[in-house]
Amino acid sequence: MLGKLSWQAVPFDQPIALAAGAFVVLVIVGALVWVAAKGYIPYLWREWITSVDHKRIGIMYCLLAAVMLVRGFIDALMMRSQQALAFHAAGYLPPEHYNQIFSAHGTIMIFFMAMPFVIGLMNFAMPLQLGVRDVAFPTLNSVSFWLTAAGALLVNLSLVVGEFARTGWLPYPPLSELTYSPGVGVDYYLWAIQISGVGTLMTGINMVTTVLKIRAPGMSYMRMPIFCWTTLASNLVIVAAFPILTATLAMLLLDRYVGFHFFTNEAGGNAMMFQNLIWAWGHPEVYILVLPAFGVFSEVVSTFSGKPLFDRRSMIVATLGICILSLCVWLHHFFTMGAGGDVNAVFGIASMIIAVPTGVKIYNWLFTMYGGRVRFSSAMLWSIGFMVTFVIGGMTGVLLASPVADFVLHNSLFLVAHFHNVIIGGVVFGVFAGYTYWFPKAFGFVLDERLGKAAFWCWFVGFYVTFVPLYVVGLEGMTRRMQRFDRPEWYPWMLVAEVGVLTILCGIVLQIAQLWVSIRQRAKRRDLTGDPWDGRSLEWSTTSPPPVFNFAVLPVVTSDEPYWSIKQEARARRHLVTAEPDYAPIEMPRNSPTGFVTAFFAVVTGFSLIWHIWWLVILGLIGAYVTFVAFAWRDHTEFEIPAEEVARIDRANRAARAAALAGEPVR
Amino acid sequence: MRLRSGAVLRGVLPVVLVSLAACHTAVLSPVGPVGEANRIVLLDSLMIMLAIVVPTIVAILAFAYWFRASNTRARYLPDWDYSGQLELIVWSIPALVVFFLGGIAWISSHLLDPAEPLKSKAEPVEIQVVSLDWKWLFIYPHQSVASINRLVVPTGVPLDLRITSASVFNVFFVPRLGSMIYAMYGMTTRLHLQADLPGVYPGLSAHFSGAGFPGMSFDVHAVSAEEFTQWAAATRVTGPVLDEAAYRKLLRQTQNVSPYTYRSVQTGLFDDIVEQRLPPGEGPSTARSAASGSAVMLAGGRH
Repeated sequence: MLGKLSWQAVPFDQPIALAAGAFVVLVIVGALVWVAAKGYIPYLWREWITSVDHKRIGIMYCLLAAVMLVRGFIDALMMRSQQALAFHAAGYLPPEHYNQIFSAHGTIMIFFMAMPFVIGLMNFAMPLQLGVRDVAFPTLNSVSFWLTAAGALLVNLSLVVGEFARTGWLPYPPLSELTYSPGVGVDYYLWAIQISGVGTLMTGINMVTTVLKIRAPGMSYMRMPIFCWTTLASNLVIVAAFPILTATLAMLLLDRYVGFHFFTNEAGGNAMMFQNLIWAWGHPEVYILVLPAFGVFSEVVSTFSGKPLFDRRSMIVATLGICILSLCVWLHHFFTMGAGGDVNAVFGIASMIIAVPTGVKIYNWLFTMYGGRVRFSSAMLWSIGFMVTFVIGGMTGVLLASPVADFVLHNSLFLVAHFHNVIIGGVVFGVFAGYTYWFPKAFGFVLDERLGKAAFWCWFVGFYVTFVPLYVVGLEGMTRRMQRFDRPEWYPWMLVAEVGVLTILCGIVLQIAQLWVSIRQRAKRRDLTGDPWDGRSLEWSTTSPPPVFNFAVLPVVTSDEPYWSIKQEARARRHLVTAEPDYAPIEMPRNSPTGFVTAFFAVVTGFSLIWHIWWLVILGLIGAYVTFVAFAWRDHTEFEIPAEEVARIDRANRAARAAALAGEPVR
Repeated sequence: MRLRSGAVLRGVLPVVLVSLAACHTAVLSPVGPVGEANRIVLLDSLMIMLAIVVPTIVAILAFAYWFRASNTRARYLPDWDYSGQLELIVWSIPALVVFFLGGIAWISSHLLDPAEPLKSKAEPVEIQVVSLDWKWLFIYPHQSVASINRLVVPTGVPLDLRITSASVFNVFFVPRLGSMIYAMYGMTTRLHLQADLPGVYPGLSAHFSGAGFPGMSFDVHAVSAEEFTQWAAATRVTGPVLDEAAYRKLLRQTQNVSPYTYRSVQTGLFDDIVEQRLPPGEGPSTARSAASGSAVMLAGGRH
């Protein structure tokens, strides 16, 4: 009846796992009870769960990412602590538990922290920057989000029911084949990633369509903000690369479920092909994550330097260059396969070439600051911290791209330090900069700067204290994923890294405090003008938070920095430039529970597939299909916002801006 | 305050220096020609990049500091966003660096292809390496002996390693000898190394391979040619025989195996492993018991 599922699946014999699981269950149940008791459920259902508004979906993506950041960071803390204790000793985590933790850390941080965070920011900011009302396919957007959340739920469910993969964040066969990993851990991984991967692919299609087809009048390609360009590039790579991931994992699923032999040791399977295919997705994935972060930095550095971005054209060329090159370098993840000089050298040099457009970007940000008036707000601190850190990470990356150097550094903690250097220094600093930068736009009040800066310094210092030691032990030959070790020369560095990870913990605590304090003081932190940073692109021309329709009338774009030029003209004339427009009713897409219901059935299907509960698989699939049919046959797709309502909202916005303008000193 | 920081410096600095001096960073203090070449490529590439990375970081900090909003002496150029000359420089610098590094990468990848034999007058020692769950098997075909988790090699002589796996992926890596390479089931990789100085050098698997992975370390004992001959002769008279039955026992998963030797090895064993005439590693013994366990639970549920 219940397949492989039994009471044995709950880890009663592992106190740490059980306590962690019980804690998570308690927090979730507690939160649900609190929400129900306060009577918030109808509000949440109406305004958030069924929302197809790109801003709401973007915020939910970021919230999911923030929660997963905490989960993934707890894993990191446990791993560092294990290695700090495991010198000539067993530490406190047995191998089977430690191996699950590093697998979960990588999986969660890449798929359920970094991806949702960048997708959330793209979702929130890109349509606003393009001066439009929503993305191309609003309901699909909601489905994408809820499928990502479904994947995250499955991964976290493995904490309580069963186990997670013990194979690393990319489950290389033959280790991940049934012979060597008979448990449900790898199945949890595979189904969680398959479900969320479908969501990500649909996001890619949605965003590419939006940028290509839906822009405000006059918003030509060359006038698009750089963040929109990086969004386009990143999503093009999603569309190109994610099908490879889905197909590769599908092959592994066929191996595990129905006895195929794509990657098995027996019957002519070739496990090396898995590595080849998974990195054909995996390396582009790195650029999927970092390109939107580059976009955020472009916006932030320009805004807080009070200058346009230095040479937009070369920035766009560099972005698209990275977009294409990212698909041509995957083999550098397995130089040590023994492919021979020609193959290794070609892929090594191809990887190094990516450093050219990336270097150009760094210099463009550098010259954006030149001649500027740099304001060191916390968003700008994240950006400067990024530039310094990313240059170092890029350097060690180019070092690893040299095949002969990689022959002694591959899979070492030097490599681990390198990719954390670019992912923390690039992606994480980037999403934090974006979070700080767009938070007032999303919620209508600014975050506490003092706590934000303190959090930045903890992260920045903590990063170096954690990962410089890992570079050093990498040079001392320490490889990754060691549950214990007996080499005395590695030990002191493990202790230093532990201090570093605790410093990062302080940073995270300060960020939570920042959010808490800012929410408590929101009344006096209100952003009344909608333009708290003296911004340059269109999202700052509407209210904070923007109305559901974003813009009362679609803005007409006449320059590279549309809002900045309007604002400068207004400043020169000392009154608003545009006369009050003729307000017309606006049609917006209706909310739809399709995404949530689809994700519900996806979780049911995924869970029952993991545990081989076949009748439930069939029910889940039927449910998902019925949801799709019901959505396809809907009659009312849009609702109308009357012109008077639009006028009321926009007049308030214009009044606030006129007041702010009057209050400005004469320039 | 000054005094206190001085005291801290006096107290901490020697400790740091001593620990830095004591840690012979394995990869940067090689004992053979391959490791030496790895080190040169690594350091040369690093130096070329540092020449450009350090000024860039300094410029980032300097520009940010000088052009801070509160600095009234800094020029404000609110509309300056293009300079063709700067663009040329901006694209040329990274391109030139990559040009140099790419040249190094191209030449070194060919010179140091792990499959290429080392140039030497001495006859290479052939060693067949098999990664198992979770131990290393080293077969010396000419000496017809084998060793578990200990690799004894003569100094100054090229080592001709043929590497495969009996189960999951592993990577054969001796940091102080240089280049590593994959061990893969059903495939052979070639690696040529050489130890010039006698000594004991730690080796490990550089690819996660399951629960017993951290125990998959081994020691390389680099000894003089005579000592190596003596060792092989001594090994031939003690210890068990590595035939098919003994090999099948090795396929079972074991952890933290202490080194031991086999006095003789069945001819062609390595080829039998690579050609898949022998079965792959068994995987966890709990696999079957867990499956039957849930079957029992199921049966229990039906009552």
